[in-house]
Amino acid sequence: MSTNQEGWGSRVGLILAMAGNAVGLGNFLRFPVQAVQNGGGAFIIPYLVCFLLMGIPLLWVEWGIGRFGGVSGNHSTPFIMDSMDRRRIWKYVGVFGIFSNIVIAAYYCYIESWTMSYVYHSVAGTFTNMSQNDVSNFFTNYLDISTSTTGIPFEAVIFFVFCIALNTWVLSKGLSGGIEKAAKIGVPLLIIFGVFLAIKAVTLKQGQEGAINDGFVGLNFLWTPQYDSLANPKVWLAAAGQIFFTLSVGMGSIQCYASYLKKKDDVALNAMSAGWMNEFVEVVLGSSILIPIAIGYFGIDKVVEMVQHGGLGLGFRSLPYLFNQWGHIFGAIAGVAFFGLLFFAGITSSLAMGTPVMGFLQDEYKWKRGSSALAFGVIILILGLPTVFFFQQGVFDEYDYWAGTVALVIFAMLEVILFSWIFGMEKGWSEITRGADIKIPIAYKFILKFVTPVMLIIVFFGSLIRPAKDDWSTFGTSEWELHSESILGQLTHKGIGPNKDYFADEFYSEVNGIVSNINVEKNGFIEITDKMNPSVITNYQINECVPIVKVGDEINIEQSIYKGSVINKVFYIDMARLLLLALFLTISILVYIAYIKRKKINPKFLL
Amino acid sequence: MNTLPLIFLLCSEITIAALTIYFFVKVLKSKKNEE
Repeated sequence: MSTNQEGWGSRVGLILAMAGNAVGLGNFLRFPVQAVQNGGGAFIIPYLVCFLLMGIPLLWVEWGIGRFGGVSGNHSTPFIMDSMDRRRIWKYVGVFGIFSNIVIAAYYCYIESWTMSYVYHSVAGTFTNMSQNDVSNFFTNYLDISTSTTGIPFEAVIFFVFCIALNTWVLSKGLSGGIEKAAKIGVPLLIIFGVFLAIKAVTLKQGQEGAINDGFVGLNFLWTPQYDSLANPKVWLAAAGQIFFTLSVGMGSIQCYASYLKKKDDVALNAMSAGWMNEFVEVVLGSSILIPIAIGYFGIDKVVEMVQHGGLGLGFRSLPYLFNQWGHIFGAIAGVAFFGLLFFAGITSSLAMGTPVMGFLQDEYKWKRGSSALAFGVIILILGLPTVFFFQQGVFDEYDYWAGTVALVIFAMLEVILFSWIFGMEKGWSEITRGADIKIPIAYKFILKFVTPVMLIIVFFGSLIRPAKDDWSTFGTSEWELHSESILGQLTHKGIGPNKDYFADEFYSEVNGIVSNINVEKNGFIEITDKMNPSVITNYQINECVPIVKVGDEINIEQSIYKGSVINKVFYIDMARLLLLALFLTISILVYIAYIKRKKINPKFLL
Repeated sequence: MNTLPLIFLLCSEITIAALTIYFFVKVLKSKKNEE
C-alpha cells in the first residue's frame, strides 16, 4: 500500500488551502462578467440556489469521498473511487480527476504567468503614459510571443516557465511545508488587496481622476435585477457553470486534499468554511472591482460590449490604463494589488491541481515527493507550450472547453451518482457526518440523493444540446439548431466558418466588413472593420501569404482574401483534441498498470 | 444608487459575509483546531 506520509499541519491551513484552491482568477474576472451577461442582480438568485443545491452538496461529497479514500491510503480519484465500488469502470472514471488537473494546470499557469508579468510591468512603470490602445496592443504583443515587450526574447515563454518552476518548487515542499504555507500567505494577501481595490472602486467620483461615472454606477448596473432572466434556462445554466468553476468541484483536487485527513476529522464544517470563504471573495470582492472601475471610466455601453469577449480582455487590456488615471505611484500600487491578487488566487489553485498527480505517482509508483513534483512540472510544461505558441489558433480555448468545462460536469455527475446511489446514501451520509462539527440539515440527505444528481444531469444535457442563440423555445421542434459552443456543436465543428480544411491555398473571410488595414511585412495582417459597428475589428494574420484585397474593399463572408500556404485553425483545434485524448488514454493505461501491480501484491484486491 | 439594486447588494453581501465569518469563527473555536 501507499508509503505516502503527507499530512496537513493545521486545520486553518487546510481550510485556507481549500479556499485558495477554490478562489481563482474566475472569482475576479469571470463572475462579474457572468452577472452582467445574465440578468445583473437577478443572477445572484439562480447562483445562490445552485450553490445551495449543487455546490454545497458537491463539496461535502468530494470532501467525504476524499477522506474515505485517504483512510485506506488512496490519494487520487482513480483508486479512491475504486475503493468505493469494485466495478472496474470507476477507476477509469477517476482518470478525469487526474486528467482535468493536468490540462487545466497547463493553460492556467499560462494566465498565472501573465499576472506575474503584469506585476513586474506595473512596478517597472511600463504602463505609465500609455493610452488605452497602447495597453491593449501591449497585451496583443505579449500573446504574440515573437514580440518582446521588455526586450527579453520570448518573454511570455520565460514567464510561463518561471511560473511552472515556482509551482513545482512549492509542490516539492509538500502539503504542510509548501502548499499550506503558500495558502497562509496568499489567501490573506489576496483578501487585503481585494478589499483595498474594492474600496477604491466604489469610492470613485465622477469628474475626479478622469472618471466619467461614480463607482456606484457600476454597482447599480451590476445589481439591478432583470426578473425575466430568471425564466431563461441559459441564465440557470450559466449560474450552475459558474458554481462549478468557482468551487473547483468536479476536478479531483478537493478529494486529494481531503484524502490527507484522518478518519474522524470533520469534513462538514471545513467544507462550509472553505466554500463560504470562496463566495465572500467572489460575490463581495469580485463584484466590487472590475465592473465598477471599468464603468467608472468607460461607461455602461462600452463595458457591456467589452464583456462580450470575457473578463480576461477587460482585465488585461484595460485595467492597467485605468489604474494609471490614479497617478503614477498609486497606479503602480493598484496594478501590483490587482495582478498580485490574481497571482495569489491563481497559484493557490494551480498548486491544488498538482497534488492529485503527485498523490497518484507516490501511491502507485512509489515516487518520491520531489520527483513527483518535477514530473508534474515537466508534464504541464510540455502540454502547456502549445497553448503558448498557438494561443491565437485556439489551442488554449480547446483545453479550457474540454478539460475546464465538459470534463468537470461529467466527472461531478458520475461521482455524485457513485456516492448517492452505488456507494449508498446511508454509508455516504455517515461519511460526511462522521466527526462533524456542525449538524447537517437532514433535508440534504434528500438533496444529495435526488436534487443534486438531477441538476447535474440537466446541466450535462443542457451543455450537450445547447441551442443556437440560447433559444430553448424551439426545443423538440424542427427549428432546433445547435449552439456552436454546445458539446455536439463543438464535436461537429459548428461555427468553424468557411475555412474547413486543415491545409488550403487560400483563406476565406469569416466576417462581413471593409478592409481597413493591410500589413505585408513580418507578422503581417489584414484588418477588417465591421460596417455597422466600427469598434468590431477582425484581424487575420497572413504569415507570408499574399493579400488579394486592398484597403477599402468591401468583404463578404466566404470571400477569398489572401492566397498562399494556409494552415487553418481547425487543424490546431483537432490536434489539440487528439493531444487531450492521448493524455486521457495514457493516464488510463497508467491506472491499469497500477491496478495490475496492486493485484500482484495483493491478489484479494480484486475481490 | 437605486433602492432595489442596493437591497439586492446588501442582502447578498451581508448574508455571505456573515456566514463566512460564522463558519470560520466556528472552526477557530473548535476543540479539534490544533495547530
